[in-house]
Amino acid sequence: MSSATANTEPRAYHLPEEPHLHEGHSTSLGFWMYLMSDCLIFAILFATYAVLGGSFAGGPGPKDLFDLPLVAINTAMLLFSSITYGFAMLAMEKNKVSATQGWLFITLLFGGAFLFIELYEFAHLIHEGAGPQRSAFLSAFFTLVGTHGLHVTFGSIWLITLMVQVAKKGLIPANKRRLMCLSMFWHFLDVIWIGVFTFVYLMGVLR
Amino acid sequence: MSDAVHPHDAHGHGHDDHHEEGSHGSFGSYMIGFGLSVILTAIPFWLVMTGALGDPKLTGFVIIAFAAVQVIVHMIYFLHMNTRVEGGWSFMAMALTLVLVVIVLAGSTWVMYHMNNNMMPHADMDMTGEMNAGHDMNAMANMSEMP
Repeated sequence: MSSATANTEPRAYHLPEEPHLHEGHSTSLGFWMYLMSDCLIFAILFATYAVLGGSFAGGPGPKDLFDLPLVAINTAMLLFSSITYGFAMLAMEKNKVSATQGWLFITLLFGGAFLFIELYEFAHLIHEGAGPQRSAFLSAFFTLVGTHGLHVTFGSIWLITLMVQVAKKGLIPANKRRLMCLSMFWHFLDVIWIGVFTFVYLMGVLR
Repeated sequence: MSDAVHPHDAHGHGHDDHHEEGSHGSFGSYMIGFGLSVILTAIPFWLVMTGALGDPKLTGFVIIAFAAVQVIVHMIYFLHMNTRVEGGWSFMAMALTLVLVVIVLAGSTWVMYHMNNNMMPHADMDMTGEMNAGHDMNAMANMSEMP
């Protein structure tokens, strides 16, 4: 029997379920696991900020430092970038390359605006003598907000990389998968920012 | 065997493709999520910047509630999270993460709050109002020593 089947097709040693495991079938779950572990990093930084956020060492506190209108603009930038990335994903589903690239570029602009405003804020704080060395509160603040900013920075680099990839190869399945991962990353960063503007900025000014 | 596998295989692919496309949401769902996010962001900022509620403690609780709702809105409308994605494993991972986040945040603040209380000099313990003043004075003394 085995010789008869061996003539017609190669002998296969795998489970019946194996055909499900096409390339990238579990990427989104794996990437989700990464995001959850990243979430734990942020949880630790939030906990650090919660513990140290009141230790001003006689230096300036949140009320003296935070400029809420600026934070509101920053929040809007990130929220706009989230919805434009959503539009990029919708265009990607319809296999519209130029529309996808256009929305990705707008997302990049909003992400860049967010980073620009955040760097301006940091530079302003450091110029005022409220740098990360000033107090435990400012160390925790710069670590938490800076880590989020670094994530957005790397997300932007990733976004540029994918725009080049899409320009070169088009919306092939691999690129779609990559764009989906970045979309999860980007929206996840927006979720973290909700925690940042609520617990750090708004609660800081209330304190 | 090939006959038995291929329809199954094709079904698997078809199912996955459908699943992936379905999980990205639609223009409408993105706009609902965006609209809700704008409202859920604007109200806390407005509450804090105008002090409309008066009591800072109450305002704090309200803006935390708004943040929690907005996180859920983002999860549903932007991250397309539900209990069926990836056979429920994404949701399980998220639930576990949530438990760990709550333990880390609540545990840290609880332990450190009690430690701070126990480490406080006894003169400052009876009056919480003076706690901050004393703390600031110590800090200022430290500051004057610094170059």
